[in-house]
Amino acid sequence: MNKPIRTISVFCLLLFVALLANVTYLQFWRADGLNDDPNNRRALDERFSQQRGAILVGNDPIARSEPVDDRYDYQRTYLKPLLYSHLTGWFNFYNAQPATCEGCQQRVEQTYNELLSGEDDRLFVTRLVDLLSNKESQGGNVQLTIDPAAQQAAYDGLRAVVGPEGEGSVVAIEPRSGKVLAMVSLPTFDPNALASHDLEEVNAAAERLEADDDEPLLNRSIQTTLPPGSTFKIVTAAAAIESGDYEADDLVPGGPSYQLPLTSDDSGLIDNEGRDCGSDRIPFAQAMENSCNTTFARLAVDLGAEAMQEQAEAFGFNQQYFEDLLPQATSRFPEGMNEPQTGQSGIGQFEVAATPLQMAMVVAGIANDGSVMKPYLVDEVQSPEFDQIDATDEEELSEAVSASTADQLTELMVSTVDNGTASPAAIPGIQVAGKTGTAQSGQDDVAPYAWFVSFAPADDPEVAVAVMIQDAPGRARGEIAGGLLGGPIAKAVMEAVINR
Amino acid sequence: MTTTSPASAGPSGPSGPLAFVHRRRRGAELFLLVLALMVGIGAYAAVGVGVEESVPADLVGYGGWLAALIITCHVVVRLVAPYADPVLLPVVAALNGLGLAVIHRIDLDQGSAFASRQLTWMSVGVGLFIATLLLLRDHRVLTRFTYTSGLGAIVLLLTPMMPLIGNEVRGARIWIQLGPFSLQPGEVAKVLLVVAFAGYLVQHRDALALAGRRVLFVDLPRGRDLGPVLGMWLVSLGILVFQKDLGSSLLFFGLFLVMLYVATERPGWLVVGGALFLGGALAAWRIFGHVQTRVDIWLDPFSHYGAGTDGRGEQPLEALFGMAWGGLIGRGFGDGDPGRVPFAESDFIVAAIGEELGLTGLMAVLVLYGIIVERALRAALISRDGFGKLLAAGLGAVLALQVFVVVGGVTGLIPLTGLTTPFLSYGGSSLVANWVIVALLLRVSDLARRPLPDLSGGADQGSDDDTQVVRVQR
Repeated sequence: MNKPIRTISVFCLLLFVALLANVTYLQFWRADGLNDDPNNRRALDERFSQQRGAILVGNDPIARSEPVDDRYDYQRTYLKPLLYSHLTGWFNFYNAQPATCEGCQQRVEQTYNELLSGEDDRLFVTRLVDLLSNKESQGGNVQLTIDPAAQQAAYDGLRAVVGPEGEGSVVAIEPRSGKVLAMVSLPTFDPNALASHDLEEVNAAAERLEADDDEPLLNRSIQTTLPPGSTFKIVTAAAAIESGDYEADDLVPGGPSYQLPLTSDDSGLIDNEGRDCGSDRIPFAQAMENSCNTTFARLAVDLGAEAMQEQAEAFGFNQQYFEDLLPQATSRFPEGMNEPQTGQSGIGQFEVAATPLQMAMVVAGIANDGSVMKPYLVDEVQSPEFDQIDATDEEELSEAVSASTADQLTELMVSTVDNGTASPAAIPGIQVAGKTGTAQSGQDDVAPYAWFVSFAPADDPEVAVAVMIQDAPGRARGEIAGGLLGGPIAKAVMEAVINR
Repeated sequence: MTTTSPASAGPSGPSGPLAFVHRRRRGAELFLLVLALMVGIGAYAAVGVGVEESVPADLVGYGGWLAALIITCHVVVRLVAPYADPVLLPVVAALNGLGLAVIHRIDLDQGSAFASRQLTWMSVGVGLFIATLLLLRDHRVLTRFTYTSGLGAIVLLLTPMMPLIGNEVRGARIWIQLGPFSLQPGEVAKVLLVVAFAGYLVQHRDALALAGRRVLFVDLPRGRDLGPVLGMWLVSLGILVFQKDLGSSLLFFGLFLVMLYVATERPGWLVVGGALFLGGALAAWRIFGHVQTRVDIWLDPFSHYGAGTDGRGEQPLEALFGMAWGGLIGRGFGDGDPGRVPFAESDFIVAAIGEELGLTGLMAVLVLYGIIVERALRAALISRDGFGKLLAAGLGAVLALQVFVVVGGVTGLIPLTGLTTPFLSYGGSSLVANWVIVALLLRVSDLARRPLPDLSGGADQGSDDDTQVVRVQR
């Protein structure tokens, strides 16, 4: 009977080999697929209840996981929710957004999800040590570039101007590095409501926020493009000086009105809304100080659509460059314009549209001797023990203008603060460079947008700011002007950075 | 029987075929048992640390009791079966200890108290193990009970169908309820069936083996000898149809085929039996809804899971998710979520092990089962009597089949069937029956490895080539 017993032995061996092979297939090759399956509550639960790393501003966490006693071990908590919601985003059960989700708002919680959750390859050693020491695995930390004082100043200032229902944004950049020092968008929201463990509460909050007409979930700093108005005259001035035809000390064309080429009616007539722009040729500084539409429209026409477009794109228009938050709108400078369109674009009208971040980069580029740095929000990523494991490298996006052009532009903008429309941003004892803007929306029932861009100190710039006020309910239409509303906000942010 | 097992001849050295004497190796067994206890008690402590972050308060009492049970087994084996296989008991002890720890882990998750009851059942099992070894000094005694066991097995298999005590659990009618106890009589019937088959086949093997004709290189059995095969086939189908128990059906019929093949040495029986089984299975699949459902769930569990579906895929799919979640080295005791799988403490304990101990742990468990089967088949090979061979081979095969059916079902290799994982799953009848199986295997191996009585006598033993060796007939 031994022969069949041996045969049976082989048969049993095959049975076991089949089991071992199948288990290996299941737990090794198929495991990733099963773990990513949306039905797999186990993986979801685990990710949701794990101790994620913190998001840090300065030395303080603005988002951290706190131990709780419910079925998910840790509650994601946002410590300054209204102030930072547009940067942090929120972490909740649905947050493991599918890769197919286009247009989902991805903020640091999502864009740095792998690191915060500890799945990042750079945390491999940490994970291994945790495994061997039987410690609960912990995610890495993300350190933001934000200056907390500047962020607070921007938030307080903007909030005071636009009120609880208003819409606006402030972006501050460190010109020499591209670090985002402040990024505020109003109205804002409380991410804690979206990170609750009570999923019904989360759904209700999400529906409420999505249905809100004021679009509180929108990060206006990077997602809203609006006509930049007169602040765009900086770009026109830059193109003029770069062309070699003009210098800051030269006289430029002025005059009370300017009929755009190829036009004959009122719609092609540009005037200065009562500001003093001389009669024929005026100093460049005067044109800037008084934000003369006639001057800059004429300059743009003289320079041509192509030169204007080149200059705008050198500052970052028509491209995306910010990687830490997604998605973002592309600031536009249209291609192939005719002469009257070029003239209008020279004063920030026609189809020119910019995000607050883009306008901050324009001034930051000038502040940084003409070199535009790529903006970034995440300064470094850290191990759970706060050891740096990676830092963002500064990177030049483009050389927008030459250093001498930048100097001359600075000169013009300083005199705009000292003697012109941008005076509300003046800081005693410090030279400030600035430019106002008030852009008509083109619709009568929509108030104009107020813009303000500036940097300081002018001789050694530490901070460049762009303020955009989209809607300030309760303010009279005539009151809405870049200098009046935006100037004090920009001043407060610059002071916060300079005095830190 | 008149033939002598070739295995007992050993290497035919100068001292003759009978001089090869197996060593008792009881010391080795004791050493391995200590390792096995470390597995069981260590796992229990690890569960406490993993789930509650402290060593369980009753670790000494629990470990002491486990150690006492195991060491008692060892002492009894040492006394009444000194030549028994030294590996079998430690492997079984390790599996049982691990099973207890995993059940305890699931208790902590679910707030149930299966582990303490399982420990009680283990004590009963060990008691029966000892009783079997003490009472059954020679397994051949069991041949006297061939038909009694067969009848007992059939009665046991029928009991779940009886009113009042029969009990349907999750679609399978394989339980009986006696007061507070619920039993799965199929588990006990399994042992009785092996005994009955072995006894029957050892008597009728010649008739079954020699008669018949050859068709296409295959020796087919005689028509009249097909009786028992057909009978067993019908019983298996009956289990499938009336008790809706796919696993037991496959198990019993597979067991019968294997033993028939071993007894007759004729692959023809496998062909006939395999054809019968396939035919029966196909027919069952065509006719019976519950079989179709099982197959459907097996083929595409995802379409039976989640909102808007019948939800039947929950258990198998949660098990797959759990094991995938465990990955190569597992989540560690307490860090997984094995409670998501319904019946994780019994039918799906393999999934819990896969999740918390990972592929590594599951492979270790499978290898331990492989060792048990291998030791059983080895005992069958070296056994000197036909009944012992059949008994050991049958018991080994039934374990292998059961592990294959249950682990294959849980890991998605084959359609899911409801069977317990030997020694690991919670379940009194299963545990007790499997401990008796171990006792039987130890008894067979003890007699197989025991040196033959020296009948050559005198001082010239093994040195004189002229000495005629008288073989004992067994």
